[in-house]
Amino acid sequence: MFLNATEQTTWLPQQASTIASEVDALFYFIYYWTLIFLGIVAFCVFYFGWKYRSSNNNSKAPKSASHNTPLEIAWTVIPFILVMIVFFWGAGSYMKMNVIPYGAMEINVKAQKWAWNFKYKEGFSNPRDLVVPVNTPIKLIMESQDVLHSFYVPEFRVKMDIIPNRYMMTWFEATKIGEYDLLCTEYCGASHSEMNGKVIVKSQEDYEDWLEKVNVIDESIPLVEVGETAYEKHACNTCHSIDGSSMIGPSFKGIWNTIAEHVSTEDKLIDENYIRESILYPQKHIVKGYENGNMPSYKGLIRDREIEGLIEYIKSLK
Amino acid sequence: MREYLEKNYLNEETTIKSWLFTVDHKRIGLMYLFAIMFFFAVGGFLALMMRLELLTPAGGDILDKNTYNVFYTLHGAIMIFMFIIPSVPAAMGNIIMPIMLGTKDVAFPRLNLASWYVYVVGSSIGIFSIISGGVDTGWTFYTPYSSSTDTAVISMTFAVLVLGFSSIFTGINFIVTIHKMRAPGITWFSMPLFVWSLYATALIQILATPVIAVTMLLLIMERTFQVGIFDPAMGGDPVLFQHFFWFYSHPAVYIMILPGMGIISELISTFSKKKIFGYTYIAASTMAIALFGFLVWGHHMFTSQSEFAALIFSIITYLTALPSGVKIFNWLATLYKAKISYEAPMLYAINFLLLFAIGGLTGIFLGTLSVDIMLHDTYFVVAHFHYVMMGGTVIAFLGGLHYWWPKIWGRMYSEKWARISAILIFFGFNLTFIPQFIMGSLGMPRRYWQYDGLVNTDIFHFYHQLSTLGSWFIAVSFIIMLVYLVHSIKYGKVAGSNPWGALTLEWQTPSPAPAHNFLEEPKITHGPYDYDKVEVERTID
Repeated sequence: MFLNATEQTTWLPQQASTIASEVDALFYFIYYWTLIFLGIVAFCVFYFGWKYRSSNNNSKAPKSASHNTPLEIAWTVIPFILVMIVFFWGAGSYMKMNVIPYGAMEINVKAQKWAWNFKYKEGFSNPRDLVVPVNTPIKLIMESQDVLHSFYVPEFRVKMDIIPNRYMMTWFEATKIGEYDLLCTEYCGASHSEMNGKVIVKSQEDYEDWLEKVNVIDESIPLVEVGETAYEKHACNTCHSIDGSSMIGPSFKGIWNTIAEHVSTEDKLIDENYIRESILYPQKHIVKGYENGNMPSYKGLIRDREIEGLIEYIKSLK
Repeated sequence: MREYLEKNYLNEETTIKSWLFTVDHKRIGLMYLFAIMFFFAVGGFLALMMRLELLTPAGGDILDKNTYNVFYTLHGAIMIFMFIIPSVPAAMGNIIMPIMLGTKDVAFPRLNLASWYVYVVGSSIGIFSIISGGVDTGWTFYTPYSSSTDTAVISMTFAVLVLGFSSIFTGINFIVTIHKMRAPGITWFSMPLFVWSLYATALIQILATPVIAVTMLLLIMERTFQVGIFDPAMGGDPVLFQHFFWFYSHPAVYIMILPGMGIISELISTFSKKKIFGYTYIAASTMAIALFGFLVWGHHMFTSQSEFAALIFSIITYLTALPSGVKIFNWLATLYKAKISYEAPMLYAINFLLLFAIGGLTGIFLGTLSVDIMLHDTYFVVAHFHYVMMGGTVIAFLGGLHYWWPKIWGRMYSEKWARISAILIFFGFNLTFIPQFIMGSLGMPRRYWQYDGLVNTDIFHFYHQLSTLGSWFIAVSFIIMLVYLVHSIKYGKVAGSNPWGALTLEWQTPSPAPAHNFLEEPKITHGPYDYDKVEVERTID
């Protein structure tokens, strides 16, 4: 019954990967044993508690056994057997999660404060959203640019910490077409809770369509809209506001053609070159008051047209 | 003895100096009690503010994101390092344990006082760190975030280092006291189980705490001198930090829970008027937990370490769970054919049995490798941790506080209000944390300031509302408790030496106890739980 339910239940999100049903079966196995043991504890507390209640505070309890070795052995050995079942079951599915199938489709993941970026073997990268075909094993080769992050998709039951200075691998095979939350679950600083994206699972055909289109630059979209989209997809919004409020980085509002005051380098006029440079080499000039911003470089992660778009977008924010 | 001892440890000398330079373990324990209750209030306030912020999915209702991150870090650091760790051993244990053993004081009274001062210095550094902007790393101080953030990490980690020394001092003192100072006639296996639990705790304190001290020192060095130890940008390894940190912080969980379990053994036996069931097994399970507790730190890192290490840590984790189960079953067996009365301390013991059972059983989910992958760093972990630490340790601490309160002050609190508050905490606690289990398994990550725009935002919103509501039930019951406890110090009924009719030695001396604990040398004529042999009258009605 519940084991076959792929839809969301009270306790668990819907099952959308090959591993999910196995993990859930074990979850419910432990869950029901938990209820049984909790039932035993509650029964003893309330039944004994009621039956042996006493209003006479000074009377002694009738003499009864103060220890019982077979009983002690029983309540050590029975739980031991149960936890060993759980251990081997859990270890088995854990190994499945960790052994990456041969020939899985590889996607490189870059995590940084506070953005996701996915590099495809076809030679392009897609910010924020991981787009994958259904029923295909996907191997993720993940790296962090700065601090610890963690890749988590509840519907896939997959989670892996991303430790800087090494590649972390994980894999999944999506079984259902749809959109799922991609969450960062290792605390990574101020905007940790905004470091979300989506995993978009498409049918093989739709995925191929997407592959073709994603590389084509649609000239009909106005640059300022390209910039607006890039502002959100590349997670500029987690640090730079568009309403003039100061966040982790300076606001974009009304900065076009003004002078940026820098900490240790000369002050500069904010023009096309300045914005381009700030996106690709953000550590070159540090604006006063934002010494601890630590913006990561977007070199290799952002397209030229998106940079042009962002320039137009910033121009438009008066 | 029904009367109130006019000349006792509280009023024998009344100058401030007599308190600040006291070497009386009861006075030092009492000073600890006031200090930790202050920090408990601060940590509780931070929790209430966080719960209010989470009432709506959007961020920024009452706290901005930086403040939220600072609040949850401080809530954890204050509650763990400044409240729970010293709560039962340094406060309750200090006051009660030497009297239980029939001795005049701990083995090193001056070291005991020093430990309080070191605690005050450590906490003051912690307060300094809060004033200078706070810390936003989480109480785990994970690198490389902690080696790169510009918040007051150095002062907070230094505070943790200093507090560690206070913990070690208490540990050394207790070990020597228990070995050397037991009154003639008290053997290892006729010690109260609370003393056994303090002994096991003290062993962990002196063996594990140096590791956190070294870790904090290395982190401070890394930040100050840019030595690459944990930060990969300088050639270090962040996972090394996690190993070091949990090598202390997992045993520290047992520093927190074991003494609480000790209190529960006392409460259940006293209020059941029955010999504790399986004394030897409970004592042995205490030592087993202390030993195994050192070997499971890697279960905090199932998502960041090698698969084979994870397998080993998982299996040892289960072995550690078994002795806790043994304790619960022995306590339940004690209730069988007992004569149970339900004063406030016993209500706390019942609370403990139910809440700790949930806390322990949900630990099985988290010890299971593949299930933990899903639950790691979600609200499920938050709920599990609070069931063990608050539903377990804090509830046991409150049970002990109500149990020994008449011994400390010589007066009774309002039994009616104490019962109301105990029941209210039980409901408030479950209302706060059961929704967090469900949210967590549905995928709500912890340490999130906002949760807007997710697939399950509406469901999370509902459970967060329940949780916030529950947190206010807890707050109200603590306010009630504060009022009736403070009121009782002056206006409470005189308790007499033995208000509960208990058999351990601390009830054979007047309340409050005289400066040197006993008016005459205590005589050991029976074991601590010989309710089947000896009849004792309660000194209250």
